Amino acid sequence: MEAVDQAFVSLKHWIVGLFPPVAQPWASILLSITPILIFFPLLFGITTILERKGLGRMQNRLGPNRVGPAGFFQFIADGLKMLTKEDIVPRAADHAVHFIAPFVLLVPVLLAFSVLPYGRNMVPIDIDSGLLFFFAVGSATELSVFMAGWSSCNKYSLLGAMRGIAQMISYELPLVLASLTVVMMVGSLRLTEIVDAQSVPYWPWLPRWHVFTPWGCAGFLLFLVAATAESNRTPFDIPEAESEIIAGYLVEYSGFKYALFFLGEYLGLFAVSSLGITLFLGGWLPPFAFLSFIPSWLWFFVKLLSMIFLFIWIRGTLPRLRTDQLMAFAWKFMLPMTLINIVAAALWHFSRGWEVPFALGLRWLSCAAILVVPYWIFGRAVATRFAKRIYRYAT
Amino acid sequence: MDAGFVIIAALTVVSALAAMSLRNLVHCALCLTITFASLAALYLKLNAQFVGLAQVLVYIGAVAILIVFAILLTRSDDQTPRAAILSPAWWVGAGVAVAAFCVLAAAICSSAIVKTASTTAPAISVEGIGDKLMKDYVLPLEVIGLLLTAALIGAVIIAMQERKQT
Repeated sequence: MEAVDQAFVSLKHWIVGLFPPVAQPWASILLSITPILIFFPLLFGITTILERKGLGRMQNRLGPNRVGPAGFFQFIADGLKMLTKEDIVPRAADHAVHFIAPFVLLVPVLLAFSVLPYGRNMVPIDIDSGLLFFFAVGSATELSVFMAGWSSCNKYSLLGAMRGIAQMISYELPLVLASLTVVMMVGSLRLTEIVDAQSVPYWPWLPRWHVFTPWGCAGFLLFLVAATAESNRTPFDIPEAESEIIAGYLVEYSGFKYALFFLGEYLGLFAVSSLGITLFLGGWLPPFAFLSFIPSWLWFFVKLLSMIFLFIWIRGTLPRLRTDQLMAFAWKFMLPMTLINIVAAALWHFSRGWEVPFALGLRWLSCAAILVVPYWIFGRAVATRFAKRIYRYAT
Repeated sequence: MDAGFVIIAALTVVSALAAMSLRNLVHCALCLTITFASLAALYLKLNAQFVGLAQVLVYIGAVAILIVFAILLTRSDDQTPRAAILSPAWWVGAGVAVAAFCVLAAAICSSAIVKTASTTAPAISVEGIGDKLMKDYVLPLEVIGLLLTAALIGAVIIAMQERKQT
């Protein structure tokens, strides 16, 4: 099944070969970018319908079920609606900044897609500091939140923008520190090398994915929570919640610009999920060797879909956090936990040469103790701040 | 002196001029962000990957946000200045700027860097930078960490005072 696995790569090489040598670098770049530009917005459309149906079933109702078979063409109807809506800009708004803000969100997010490995030999750009590039362009998206909130000339937009920026910069630290443990253990910032380091299984039934180590498991959970907060998803979506602040910094955007913001947010979610898959879940690697007849890009897609389902599931289950709870959670719980995770990763690395009996169990126990005991202590400390609620009417 | 450098350098200078002379403060801050981005492009063009990406991460992702927060929290109304940006004696400032540029250019051109210019740049990896930081330059690294901690504690104390007074 090597041919199917490398089908896209061979197709690209064949098409690039059709061009004259002068134009070949440009053709190569365009052919690397175009599938991303086609596939991920399509996945965005499908995700919106999956989310609405999924949330509907979790909330004991049907989702959209009118357009198409079981409502599955709803995203086309939504897209057409967004395209044909009138573009209303407030008169007092700063028109230039108001116009540019969606693009300042979209362009860095699309840039971030260019360093992720989607399959074997399927990275658009394989740069030496790929992970650093990803976080650098990810941090450039925070400006768009400010631009949207400020240019709308609306108090609620400004409040939502302030909360949004504060949340995004607070959760960037745990996100980067959780990825730092992976870089420590692999020794490289190159994402293809990080995937290759997870390729040889421990035993035939246990892959060498980083999520199956104590620091990797804790790191993956911390990464997941920080990614949810970075993408402004429930339970961290107070900056753009409809019942709290009437969509916050997005309130003065209508029609296509709102659709672009929506697209940018979901694309950011896909990008950071793909990074989580690359760092912790083995990227495009199959879990067991006998399943390697399934192409690598299909494995990546399956993992991405399961992460999306996880995010939708969390959205349908957990209530929203207040801003002060959110910030306290980031600075007083997640940041110390990520720092302790680094210590646990270091212990795991330096205890590789232990020769005592049950060495693996002892390593697991000590690393898990380093992680679980502070988790329990922090949980107790945070719980004393918020006393047990007394419900007067619901018994 | 190829086309890429000319475009990036022109963008840097134009956005810096715009950051200096626009009336709306938020527009100035955003043009400054474009200046930071073009400086990062220059670093990447010189094949300094780590510095270029750190420039984006730190300057655009943190310093620009800081500037923007400062504008947000201190300007309650949208005041654009009525008076002209350029003062009547602008030619004095221009003369001083040209003189400073000439002095800097003379100093750089007569320094040792230009004389011992190598044709091939050394290949520096992030691993090499980390190695140097942890072995040769560990003392400056720790001192900077201490300085940043002091700044952080100072900022927290300044911010805390306001709440205790109410």
